[in-house]
Amino acid sequence: MKQLILFIQKEFAHVFRDRKSLLMLFGLPITQIVLFGFALSNEVKNTKIVIADYSKSEASAELIRRIEASNYFETEKGLSNASEIEASFREGKIHQAIVFPASFYNDLSHTGKAAIQVISDASDPNLATTLNGYISSVVRDYTVEINKNTHLPYTIVPEVRMLYNPELRGAPNFVPGVMSLILMLVCVMMTSISIVREKELGTMEVLLVSPFKPLMVIISKAIPYLILSIINVISILLLSVYLLDVTIKGSVFLLMAESILFIFTALSLGILISTRTASQQAAMMISLMGMMLPTLLFTGFMFPIENMPLPLQVVSNIVPSRWYYAIVKDVMIKGLGFSAVWKETLILLGMTLFFLAISLKNFKIRLA
Amino acid sequence: MRVLLFLLQKEFRQIFRNKALLPMLFIIPVVQLIILPLAADYEIRNISISIVDNDHSPYSQKLINNITASGYFRLYNVPNDYQKAYNDAADDKADIILEIPQQFERTLVRENQVKLYIAVNAINGSKAVLGSGYLTSIINSFNSDIRTELIQKGSVTMQSVEVISSNWFNPNMNYRFFMVPGILAMLITMVGGYMSALNIVKEKEIGTIEQINVTPVKKYQFLLGKLIPFWVIGMFVFTIGLNVVARFIYGIVPLGSIPLIYLFVSVYLVSVLGFGLLISTYVDTQQQAMSVAFFFIMIFNLMSGLFTPIESMPKWAQIIAWCNPVSYLNEVMRMVVLKGSGFNDIKSHFLVIIVMGIIFNTWAILNYRKTSS
Repeated sequence: MKQLILFIQKEFAHVFRDRKSLLMLFGLPITQIVLFGFALSNEVKNTKIVIADYSKSEASAELIRRIEASNYFETEKGLSNASEIEASFREGKIHQAIVFPASFYNDLSHTGKAAIQVISDASDPNLATTLNGYISSVVRDYTVEINKNTHLPYTIVPEVRMLYNPELRGAPNFVPGVMSLILMLVCVMMTSISIVREKELGTMEVLLVSPFKPLMVIISKAIPYLILSIINVISILLLSVYLLDVTIKGSVFLLMAESILFIFTALSLGILISTRTASQQAAMMISLMGMMLPTLLFTGFMFPIENMPLPLQVVSNIVPSRWYYAIVKDVMIKGLGFSAVWKETLILLGMTLFFLAISLKNFKIRLA
Repeated sequence: MRVLLFLLQKEFRQIFRNKALLPMLFIIPVVQLIILPLAADYEIRNISISIVDNDHSPYSQKLINNITASGYFRLYNVPNDYQKAYNDAADDKADIILEIPQQFERTLVRENQVKLYIAVNAINGSKAVLGSGYLTSIINSFNSDIRTELIQKGSVTMQSVEVISSNWFNPNMNYRFFMVPGILAMLITMVGGYMSALNIVKEKEIGTIEQINVTPVKKYQFLLGKLIPFWVIGMFVFTIGLNVVARFIYGIVPLGSIPLIYLFVSVYLVSVLGFGLLISTYVDTQQQAMSVAFFFIMIFNLMSGLFTPIESMPKWAQIIAWCNPVSYLNEVMRMVVLKGSGFNDIKSHFLVIIVMGIIFNTWAILNYRKTSS
């Protein structure tokens, strides 16, 4: 036990002596959570569109005024023909063009039915769908307004309520997501590299010939990162509450306990990678190159998992951050208790034990 | 020149000798490019819905049928009170709850107006807006069916404006067309950025850099020798991605000129590699290099406009996004591959990337010291 404490002291000294890495270990997650918490959002705002009004009537002017009034669009007026629109799509200047035909007002006042044409640059399909939705809702409001005087019989009024996030902000979704992503990548990367580093520099051999148990070597390597990560979780949570305005609805204690469990999972994955690789470059290839995009996508905060093809839904199950994201969402945003997250907790626990068991099996006392 | 050739020979030999690293360098990007676009799909289908039907009338039945037949919704549960439905939403089993009040049909017919209650799990805002939008439009069309059934035609005239939408460049709204070029851009950035950030530091850490420092090899020769092999690897990965994965697996054939894309990517790689080199001149260990590279590449990837549109970001974040080389590659790929844009359309992108390349590489050369302090 005394030996272990000495070893942990040694590892702490290593970590704290390296000021540059230390600064990054603390600075990076905090900067990223602030940056992404403010900058990322699925909301679409200020999109540049062009409006071509061939009708030049009161009706078209009113509808255009309404489109301009919403902050989804930044409008530009022009009498565009198809080839002009295509050219500005190619330049990437605008994303959508709305054309009011010359007969718009006549059609509307005489036949009661008019049409506008909305042309979207669908090379970004998500943006195009969202913009189409916005335009349709502006047009729908407009028609309700012009029909105000004709009383419609038999009307169903849907009353929509947004649960958990009524202002539809991006942060309540992105904070748990980015938090799981960053914790996962930082922990895995740091542990795997710090162990492989001793192999690469040859100091691992010195440790292995000492009477100290190899298992203890690994544990003492992981502990400084465990403590650093816990401090990171605390600072991320403080930032999200005080700066990003995402409050913790559920029990803080439960959230911390689950976070520590998740850090354990990530650290043990890092250890597993370090037992399978011989150079820091290889460890980096796996823990950054190999894991960054899959973790980002399979955590499910960007793209809903239930939309993915079935085999990929199965694959997403092996990504630990997916389960942690679900836990944080439930506890932090929805304010649920342990009974809602026990399944995810068990899965994380199982994964941790699994990674540790494999690493133990792989751990070689003799280096090749 | 001869010195450079020898250095290149050394670097290539070191790369090809590393049997663990080499396959990873090619296989990881290609496998990810094949799989990940399938996972990145914003198109919302299979929204699971719990419907509380307190009315049990023919109308409420018909409405439920319309919802399930629409193809957007998957009926998860038909509980008999709202609390149960709310629990479905809390467990993430239901994304949306529709509550049909008692006497729905009667109220509609007798009092001309009735309310329906919809509750949406809005943690993911865009999904919530789309889902409730689909549901309201189904209810609206159900409403007009009922109306035409109940009243004689012509007794009420309504003015309506129809929105005719057309989607250019990607009429089927195929998400892969958008994602594959974007993910390819991220992957070559990671290959180039990470590898070049690590490489010089590795020599520093092992101590072999001293041996090179005492030779008459010039700074720029040494750095070029480090840069060129990764440039070649980056171009190779890009070629596989564009011509094999994108074309044969996803059927994406570039509309614009292929030499133009190559020209842009080759310039782009020079600046990304320069960025990696710059990192490695500032740090002492591979661990430091990696955490700095990770920090920047994560920001580059998330703020490149692929996942969330840059125009929707706050102004200060837009400035960061436009200092990000990946944003430019991303846009150029989308413009040239999907829209067939020509050189004139992407002139300004070229200019920015060239300037970035010059800044990063000059800075790296200036900052690299042959003598250690």
